[in-house]
Amino acid sequence: MSTVLKVLKYQARDAIRSRWLIAYGIFFALVAEGLLRLGGDPVKAQLSLINVVLLVVPLVAVVFGTVYLYNAREFVELLLAQPLKRRQLYGGLYLGLAIPLAVVFTVGLGIPFAARGLDPSSWSALAALLGTGVVLTFVFAGIATLIAVRCEDRLRGLGAAIGAWLLLTVIYDGFVLFVLAAFSSYPLERATLALMMANPIDIARLALLLRFDGAALMGYTGAVFLKFFDGSAGVAVTLAALTVWVTLPIALGVRAFERKDF
Amino acid sequence: MTGMIQLSALSKSFGPIEVLRSVDLTVRRGRVMAIVGPNGAGKTTLIKSILGLTHPDSGRITVDGVGIGRDDAYRAHIGYMPQISRFPDNLTARDLIAMLKDLRNVKASVDEDLIDRLGIRDQLGKPLRVLSGGTKQKVNAALAFLFSPELLILDEPTAGLDPLSSSILKDKILALRSAGKTFVVTSHVMSELETLADDVAFILQGRALFVGALDELKRVTRQLTLERAVAALMSPAFSEAAA
Repeated sequence: MSTVLKVLKYQARDAIRSRWLIAYGIFFALVAEGLLRLGGDPVKAQLSLINVVLLVVPLVAVVFGTVYLYNAREFVELLLAQPLKRRQLYGGLYLGLAIPLAVVFTVGLGIPFAARGLDPSSWSALAALLGTGVVLTFVFAGIATLIAVRCEDRLRGLGAAIGAWLLLTVIYDGFVLFVLAAFSSYPLERATLALMMANPIDIARLALLLRFDGAALMGYTGAVFLKFFDGSAGVAVTLAALTVWVTLPIALGVRAFERKDF
Repeated sequence: MTGMIQLSALSKSFGPIEVLRSVDLTVRRGRVMAIVGPNGAGKTTLIKSILGLTHPDSGRITVDGVGIGRDDAYRAHIGYMPQISRFPDNLTARDLIAMLKDLRNVKASVDEDLIDRLGIRDQLGKPLRVLSGGTKQKVNAALAFLFSPELLILDEPTAGLDPLSSSILKDKILALRSAGKTFVVTSHVMSELETLADDVAFILQGRALFVGALDELKRVTRQLTLERAVAALMSPAFSEAAA
């Protein structure tokens, strides 16, 4: 077994027993169950869940991840004194954080739907919702790991984690709206698409809304987006953008971790 | 006697603060080296440099004749007991032992002598978050000795231990020293180091002001105890003479 898998195994064993992580799973189970009972229609419930997933998954991944890694700081020093490479340890720590978060999210959100037994059409929509949540988990766990390595001070690190979440969920959208308003007399569909690709939450939101036929609500812009996401080039660009969002924080984090003085 | 650890002109700064200034130091094989000095003198940075946790700005470190660089294999022969024992909340001490065995690719049985002598065997299955600070420190000690390493680096090993556990740990150190193992120990309790140390390195403001045998230190400072000798080294008169 590689060193990464060994670290991952014990790290995940610790994380999965965390009360916070269990509460996170229960939260999604309760929200999904509630929406299913109130609305009755699985597709409506999934549509409502989009916003919950887009807000809560990044927040929990980045905040839980940062706090968890700060708490593990002394243990990381003990592990660094063992014969293993720093990049392997980093990989184990990151995956040991991201995988339990993703598993708990998938199980929590999936159970209420699975318990009802869905028709194939809503299965694919549910898979899209779960897949998006998992990708966002991996993006924001990467950002959390990067922050915990780069920022020596816990309080500043936590501030940076919440700041990153606020920036990508709220502030960035404000910025995009401002750009759209300021340049409203120009054709902005392509520029908007480019702006969306620069934010993982926007990519996720767009992909999900289009998947749920939300494009109709967005008029001409929606039509342009739908065309983009339906084409193979669009899919390739989206996947490439998401890959960058997953790998860039990891690459920066490994670099910082290898140079870090403990 | 050969040098187990050799530091040559080791320097390290954190921002504007020079923590280690051209430190030369040899830790001899089969001996206990005490690193002493006031808080913030650079003791922990020195230890962490040997372990590869901190990267020196300049200078060279060899462990067992091999320069430490990017290769991590030398740490297979080192047992490290950090000053602060904080472990993952939801793992058990048994998980930790299994994890370290896994990471070191050790399948054979390990030295669990301290687990029994410190009386923590019945605590091994409990989550580490429910263990008291003292029990965690016992686990910390037991982990360092687990793989019968050639070199043990112990940072304030008896801090937080009760007198009985502390003397068990000291007995273990002395027994392994007799068996040829090498130790680097820091402590604030000079009387404790006096019973353990063969050699002393006195660090002040990042400089190694004295490196040599304990008896030699007492002779140079004309003092009877390590505590008095260190106090004499810290006196302005001695520092000026050394400079």
